[in-house]
Amino acid sequence: MPGFDFSNYNRNAALHARGVPLPKATSTGTTIVGCIYEGGVVIAADTRATSGPIVADKNCEKLHYIASNIWCAGAGTAADTEFTTALISSQLELHALSTGRKARVVTCMTMLKQHLFRYQGHIGAYLVVAGVDPTGTHLFTVHAHGSTDKLPYVTMGSGSLAAMSVFETQWKASLTRDEAVKLCADAIEAGIWNDLGSGSNVDVAVITADKTTLMRNYIKPNERTQKLRSYAFPKGTTAVLNEKIIRKADLGNFVSVHELTEENDDKMEVDT
Amino acid sequence: MSSPFSINGGACVAMVGKDCVAIACDLRLGLQALTVSNNFPKVFQYGDNVFLGLTGLATDVSTVSDLFRYKVNMYRLREERHIAPRTFANLVSSSLYERRFGPYFVSPVVAGLDPTTGAPFICGFDSIGCIDFAKDFIVSGTATEQLFGMCESLWEPDLGPDALFETISQSLLNAVDRDALSGWGAHVYIIEKDKVTKRLLKGRQD
Repeated sequence: MPGFDFSNYNRNAALHARGVPLPKATSTGTTIVGCIYEGGVVIAADTRATSGPIVADKNCEKLHYIASNIWCAGAGTAADTEFTTALISSQLELHALSTGRKARVVTCMTMLKQHLFRYQGHIGAYLVVAGVDPTGTHLFTVHAHGSTDKLPYVTMGSGSLAAMSVFETQWKASLTRDEAVKLCADAIEAGIWNDLGSGSNVDVAVITADKTTLMRNYIKPNERTQKLRSYAFPKGTTAVLNEKIIRKADLGNFVSVHELTEENDDKMEVDT
Repeated sequence: MSSPFSINGGACVAMVGKDCVAIACDLRLGLQALTVSNNFPKVFQYGDNVFLGLTGLATDVSTVSDLFRYKVNMYRLREERHIAPRTFANLVSSSLYERRFGPYFVSPVVAGLDPTTGAPFICGFDSIGCIDFAKDFIVSGTATEQLFGMCESLWEPDLGPDALFETISQSLLNAVDRDALSGWGAHVYIIEKDKVTKRLLKGRQD
């Protein structure tokens, strides 16, 4: 369990009571999806992180490792998705070690929902949990308040409506691996183009019984073209008032280590 | 009352170059519109080539910079080696997330060179410890929007130490000139494999 430190809480609550707004956390105003196919499960995400209307990160990773056979796509407060998945990943590894069995997806989902329910939605993590274990292929969504869903195809985040429109028109009961990857990538692209909170690239992970394939930047529909002209300034453009160069070699002037030899004549004086 | 992030003002930026990194900050400390000091650096050194920039509420900037000095000293005693930038970034991240429900009002930036490979490393954080790994540049502070615009247009890949200095300096100086709460001089650090150059820039004092 994380031990949260509340020692700044009263100070910040007092400031908030005097009308100070709450800090802006990086949020993954996101499109994340998941889809089961025959033989495995696919999850996908866009790569935009936002802070209010500002694009904070143009190529972030929203596909999180839980175990080799379980991966998670995260939406909501970026720090919460990052740390919640890392925490459950750690606990699940210890659980697998102590039981001597491979971790199950339901176990992961239950640990996530119980953790999130305990914090009553204050931990803003919205997750798509996917994996393959000895009991079969699984796909869940976990909401920040602790509710879960089990469905053959799911979407979450601000671009969930755009992504779901793709699933609702194109999904069919029996999909091949390539069809499932295409469907998920198309759903993310719908989010990238039609939802302002989502953008940049498509990340895809395919989980099967024997291996997981993470395809980072599977589609890059928004690559930056090279600038036609260099805007580098000539040396000496900036006025400098003072300059100090610290060389690694010069650090010896301040701290030095010398081996003491036996024939040192400046022995420590000792009263006899 | 305004946001704790914009009471004291300040700006910080880090950039990647070819086998070097740069980190820079302005020097203003203010109380809303009143400037209290023009010598309040926001970049701190935690090892041969590990630097941390902190903008936001000045009391938290001081507290957090001292907290990490303590934590890095304890790390060095325990491990008998200097902390690497990536390790330090994870320390910053977990320390901030520990205070998820009572955060420090700071936006940190880490810059440094990997001690084994010499590869440039920069990253930024929000106030609750979400890391933003970037291959190009990281900005923070009240001049964030201006800095994003400057860096996005002036930065290019594989800048040498001298070109990187001019690029980061011009990005910062021109950004803070369009932010009333930042400016009043600047510090720029250029971090290379075997040396660190610290420069004090001439900036507008208005």
